[in-house]
Amino acid sequence: MNQSTPPFPAWGIPDPVRGVTGTEPLLAVDDLHVEFATRQGTVKAVNGVSYSLNPGETLAVLGESGSGKSVTAQAIMGILDAPQARIPRGRIRFRGTDLLRLKEDARAQVRGRRIAMVFQDALSALNPVFTVGSQIAEMFRVHQGMSRRDAEARAVELMDRVRIPGARQRLHDYPHQFSGGMRQRIMIAMAIALDPEVLIADEPTTALDVTVQAQIMELLAEVQRDSGMGMILITHDLGVVADVADKIVVMYGGRIVENALVHDVYRTPAHPYTKGLLESIPRVDRKGRELYAISGTPPNLLDMPPGCAFAPRCPYRQDNCTTEAPPLYRIGSTRGSACHYWREVLDGSHG
Amino acid sequence: MAATGEAVLEVRDLVKHFPLTEGAVFRKQVGVIRAVDGISFDLRRGETLGIVGESGCGKSTLAKLLMGLERPTGGSVRVCGREIADAKGADLKRVRRTIQMVMQDPYTSLNPRMTVGDIIGEPYEIHPDAAPKGDRRRRVQALLELVGLNPDDVNRYPHQFSGGQRQRIGIARGLALQPQILVCDEPVSALDVSIQAQVINLLARLQRELGLAYVFIAHDLSVVRHISDRVGVMYLGKMIELGRDAEIYGQPAHPYTQALLSAAPVPDPDGRERRGRIVLQGDPPSPADPPSGCRFRTRCWKAQDICAQQEPLLQLRPGTWHESACHFAQVHDVMPSF
Ligand SMILES: Nc1ncnc2c1ncn2[C@@H]1O[C@H](COP(=O)(O)OP(=O)(O)OP(=O)(O)O)[C@@H](O)[C@H]1O
Ligand SMILES: Nc1ncnc2c1ncn2[C@@H]1O[C@H](COP(=O)(O)OP(=O)(O)OP(=O)(O)O)[C@@H](O)[C@H]1O
Ligand code: SF4
Ligand SMILES: [Mg+2]
Ligand SMILES: [Mg+2]
Repeated sequence: MNQSTPPFPAWGIPDPVRGVTGTEPLLAVDDLHVEFATRQGTVKAVNGVSYSLNPGETLAVLGESGSGKSVTAQAIMGILDAPQARIPRGRIRFRGTDLLRLKEDARAQVRGRRIAMVFQDALSALNPVFTVGSQIAEMFRVHQGMSRRDAEARAVELMDRVRIPGARQRLHDYPHQFSGGMRQRIMIAMAIALDPEVLIADEPTTALDVTVQAQIMELLAEVQRDSGMGMILITHDLGVVADVADKIVVMYGGRIVENALVHDVYRTPAHPYTKGLLESIPRVDRKGRELYAISGTPPNLLDMPPGCAFAPRCPYRQDNCTTEAPPLYRIGSTRGSACHYWREVLDGSHG
Repeated sequence: MAATGEAVLEVRDLVKHFPLTEGAVFRKQVGVIRAVDGISFDLRRGETLGIVGESGCGKSTLAKLLMGLERPTGGSVRVCGREIADAKGADLKRVRRTIQMVMQDPYTSLNPRMTVGDIIGEPYEIHPDAAPKGDRRRRVQALLELVGLNPDDVNRYPHQFSGGQRQRIGIARGLALQPQILVCDEPVSALDVSIQAQVINLLARLQRELGLAYVFIAHDLSVVRHISDRVGVMYLGKMIELGRDAEIYGQPAHPYTQALLSAAPVPDPDGRERRGRIVLQGDPPSPADPPSGCRFRTRCWKAQDICAQQEPLLQLRPGTWHESACHFAQVHDVMPSF
């Protein structure tokens, strides 16, 4: 059974809503560290990230641009930039097996098939010199050994499924002939085509208007209901997160600074960064005025400050924040905040 | 922001059709994709026009036409009084200096082999008189700082930055020549909301200080509302509603606009199971074969016979103070939370 300590807080505990009773989550990232060797020095992109995902569940990953959301996802997929990238510590357990200890050929069996990913840069993920139809068909031929004709038929089906108008006619078009949102939908269609157990969707809907976005999110929810696919949704869109997430982790400077069930985060954020994010959303009563924005600049990953990475920008900062790194304090059974002053943040007193 | 000045951008009956080809080896043309199909509007100095619409409706194509990056099939685009559609060589170069663009996609639009400093400074290579050589590095660093990046990053390469950071590199480059018009195609959708707020504040500040005019394409309706003086709603190559922000959001008259606003996700999970949305029936029609009459009729719950027979023009309609293109335009309050 599972001898390792569960990620904190333990998401694997029985969930009354879903009736998940297993002790081993579908996917568990545990104390993951990722660094990149660059000419300027070592970039510490991920510094001890833990999160976990159960079947059918949607985990939203929020956070600062550059906080390590995509790098964490790349580590799960096993596609980090070699040779600069290094994983000095951590585990990524998929149905109990540590992916980081698997040999490359075993890993390739998982990648794309059992754990699939929609890349943030959907536009460059498609090869510009091949037609879109042939790229989708190629996937079916390689993974499922389909004939060319069957694979093409499946490709049309797939494009229909994500509402590409006139799919059959456009099979032989090249990626640049599709709009940004269409390419994004094609990537989503390809990712779910092989019925993965885990889908990592990195900013899957940035190029989509809200009506198509709603349809795509509904399609993904349907797949989740039918097959129990777990989804890690990396996004900046707090509206989408509010709509579909079960639980949320918030990242800052390569760490998780808050984790909680979706309703708790929006009602009462427990970390000053999360609070700042929620206050930055444009609302109609701020029209014509400056938007609230967290002041200062993101931390330098080449030279992380001691103490709390958010301290230089934090309205709640006290003297000890710049010297003692806050652990992920436990708040109740489903919640954590990496802020020494989470009580004050929760109360909404000062700051 | 009050925009009362002269029109810096005049767009008339703008059309762009792409050839639709068939066959993997011998490509023969079998029709056209009507990406932009007759669009007209003005943009005044210091004004922001927001553009929203369904994915694939022609927004990016419109942006490229405005920039002279695509040649129009028909119609005209005048930038500060000068026609861009048939400008060539030095002429085109001169017009381009007054209109710059921030691209939708920061990954493919940044050359991976160039340093960030070279990317942002590239416009100075194309327009050497814009900044003296000795001053360029300092300017590039100031631009980096302006968009919230570290000025010491000039020697790093695009792949060493996160998606959001790369988006800001694109914005910095767009500002390098201090243009009069900035066309922004999804400039903030890759950014977290706090940096997004910084960029929006930055764009607003530049507008106040320099009188910049923006064409601002985005899917985030609350961002568009915040930044825009007027908003245009596109559907399948057409502008179907155009008005001041308060009119579009408060009194939308076109059924598509109403459906769009009702689908906007609200950043509050409470009551998410009960939220009323106008769910559009059917799939978006192909721009290669748009419906007759009103292009929205195949998905519209109000459609009557006339909608298939006669194209509704973008004009003032009874009971509204802004233009819409629907035979049955009627103000309908869909989104109390906006
Ligand atoms: N190949 C690389 N070499 C050096 N640094 C890298 C590399 N890839 C990523 N980084 C750095 O790691 C950090 C985390 O990047 P990551 O792409 O995970 O950010 P993110 O949270 O996904 O941000 P965004 O929301 O903007 O996409 C960034 O500071 C980035 O510059
Ligand atoms: N170079 C091209 N060749 C052929 N068709 C094209 C080309 N560029 C765009 N199109 C087509 O024109 C239509 C409009 O595309 P455009 O990129 O302008 O849409 P968009 O409104 O920007 O969409 P999105 O919101 O998804 O970015 C689409 O059907 C697209 O496939
Ligand atoms: S003109 Fe007709 S079809 Fe078009 S939007 Fe109006 S009611 Fe619907
Ligand atoms: Mg990312
Ligand atoms: Mg576009």
